[in-house]
Amino acid sequence: MIATAKSARAPIFALVGNPNCGKSTLFNALTGLKQKVGNYPGVTVEKKVGTAYSQHGQPFMVIDLPGTYSLAARSPDEAVTRDVLLGRRADTPQPDRILCVVDATNLERNLYLVHQVLDLGRPVIVVLNMMDLATEAGLRVRVSRLEQTLGVPVIACEAVHGRGLIELKLAMSRADLPLSRHAWDVPAAIAPAVAELQASLAGNDRKSPLIARAEALLLLTDQDSVRVAGSSPLGARTEEILRSWQRRWEGEGVDWAGILVNSRYDAIGRLAAEVVSRDRPPAKTVSDRIDAWVTHPLWGWVILGTVMTLLFLSIFTFAQAPMDWIGNRFDALAGWIRGAMAAGDLRDLLTDGAVAGVGTILTFLPQILILFFFIGLLESTGYMARAAFMMDRLMSRVGLNGKSFIPLISSYACAIPGIMATRTIEEPKDRLVTILVAPLMSCSARLPVYLLMIAALVPGDRVPVGTKVGIMLGMYLLGTLGAFGFAWLFKRTLLKGQPPLMIMELPPYRLPRLKDVALHMTERAGLFIKRAGTVILGISIVLWFLSSYPKPPPGASATQQLNHSFAGQVGRAIEPIIKPLGFDWRIGIGLVSSFAAREVFVSSTAVVFSVQDFDSGKNSDVTPLREALRNARWPDGRPLFTPLTCLSLMIYYVFAMQCMSTIAVVRRETNTWRWPIFQTLYMTGAAWVLSFMVYQSGRALGY
Amino acid sequence: MPPLIKLSELPIGVSAVIREFAKAGTASIRLREMGLVAGTAVVVVRTAPLGDPLELLVRSYHLTLRKSEAEHVLVERVAA
Repeated sequence: MIATAKSARAPIFALVGNPNCGKSTLFNALTGLKQKVGNYPGVTVEKKVGTAYSQHGQPFMVIDLPGTYSLAARSPDEAVTRDVLLGRRADTPQPDRILCVVDATNLERNLYLVHQVLDLGRPVIVVLNMMDLATEAGLRVRVSRLEQTLGVPVIACEAVHGRGLIELKLAMSRADLPLSRHAWDVPAAIAPAVAELQASLAGNDRKSPLIARAEALLLLTDQDSVRVAGSSPLGARTEEILRSWQRRWEGEGVDWAGILVNSRYDAIGRLAAEVVSRDRPPAKTVSDRIDAWVTHPLWGWVILGTVMTLLFLSIFTFAQAPMDWIGNRFDALAGWIRGAMAAGDLRDLLTDGAVAGVGTILTFLPQILILFFFIGLLESTGYMARAAFMMDRLMSRVGLNGKSFIPLISSYACAIPGIMATRTIEEPKDRLVTILVAPLMSCSARLPVYLLMIAALVPGDRVPVGTKVGIMLGMYLLGTLGAFGFAWLFKRTLLKGQPPLMIMELPPYRLPRLKDVALHMTERAGLFIKRAGTVILGISIVLWFLSSYPKPPPGASATQQLNHSFAGQVGRAIEPIIKPLGFDWRIGIGLVSSFAAREVFVSSTAVVFSVQDFDSGKNSDVTPLREALRNARWPDGRPLFTPLTCLSLMIYYVFAMQCMSTIAVVRRETNTWRWPIFQTLYMTGAAWVLSFMVYQSGRALGY
Repeated sequence: MPPLIKLSELPIGVSAVIREFAKAGTASIRLREMGLVAGTAVVVVRTAPLGDPLELLVRSYHLTLRKSEAEHVLVERVAA
């Protein structure tokens, strides 16, 4: 029964390769749009599975594994690649066959991974990608010679142009793929250990002999094995053998891992000498010439600044119209429901809870799409690595590396895509620190709040542009300093790790493939809706409930209704806590309700201070609201919105975690509620302390 | 035999050959897996505008590395 099921199912291919070897392009070319993107359970590593078809329509399942330079994993992504290949993950079937993608322009380093993969004892097809670029660089690769020496099919390919795909599919549908006959002698010094570990893995951990050998070799190169959720642990006996060998070698001064790596590179060096020849000596490439500008001490900064400015401008200009459009559609939908249904709780739930919630989720889409379009472009051209190279020194001051730069900068537009962009950071602790501080970068949703406060702060109808810009810049600067300060603090205390590494390849510049970029972008958007959407919808309904219940006596105005609701009660309940910051309970209601999204503060403030005819769609016209705020008083008759209170409130908004969508995304990206809760507490705590200090010292100075 | 110097102190554009890893730093295994083993030719192409990290050319690809990591790699200059 099991045997028939097994022979009837489509063969499973794993796709492995170094980063930047064209693996994703090949995956897209093989599977077309027939791919599913999800997550490996328990880890935030993307799982991509697709279906490819042979020339005769026979289906293959293809698993695209995260790119890696070695099977000795150093990050969760690499650990997933290793564990799937070794059959250590219960959630993913062990692949029957392995497609190993190799960059022909950079054969030696790429062959290191091939060498490890061949040890696995599975049928392997080597895909020699980027043959055109190799020829351009004056390299001649003897494909048949490589095939002969390795003993597995080697397919020359140019995935970008779709060349070699038919040959590859023919090889994939062969019933009899040979096992590698590439003989490689384990160095004598460590051979006994390999044999003993292999025997233990086969005996105690029930691994097949070949996998056991491959795993034994990996255990000796992994310095501290990265363990990720969902993979089966090593047996106690095997662990014991490993420790005892390591202790023995440490005593004798044997560098076992180094010996293993060196002997693999010796074998690869011999292989490469046979297979690759150069037509002409290496010359300055186009990439070298571009890099002379892009990483130039002056022009490099100009280019980086221009790229970042373009990124921002396009997010602000191109995203605004679709965001307004989506917002208006949902307002219209809510209006239509209001007209079509009888008044009642269900109608309000639909219009003010569900429709508003879905609207919130979708208004993020334009920003996410545009940002990921840019990030896709920057990544596929190779510029992303240069930006990280340029910024690494600055980021290292706070204990991060250059790869945190783009996610943090993106968070100026919106923390959500910024946090989603942290996936390019391999080191889990660096990634977590970046996620934790990203929402401190002032996002565009804070702008309406800043604008309203500035309007209330500065007397007169027209706020001088200089003052406005100055205060605004001050707030952005404060948030940025806060982000770097907290990153420094977290790296020193809570998430202390190894000294950060910056081992990163600077891949050659390539023309971007718009199809791949578009695919990447839509995948991101889909993941956001799927993963964060449900949480955002849930919280919006809760917030709606809080601001609508309990119901006021009939005939109450919107203001009375809100004051009477749970949100109003919460506002009153927190007044003792926020009074030292200069806020009364009405501002408290604004704080509570703007948890849905910071800009909601403006519209809910309008309701609380009973501003008639306030159109929340036109936040720019805050004149009636400003007048209302100016007239607001404490019970003892003092004005509520003094300049000091406005400043205190702005500072509060710089730091406080006032965004349920960010919380939902952090929950998804960290796979636990622990970090979003911690983040909300530390941010809101910092906001309170700073506003307190500013307000109280302002009062003491007589303002 | 010419003296060994730290990779972090190798002048830009000078060819050298990797000889040994002074001490097993956290990065040393990964660096070797990426092809920086004893006997490999290496050139420092440039440093980042702020002085760190380094950009290396090794086995015909470009690799960045912080100076603090390059300190553990000992190289021998190749006579031009």
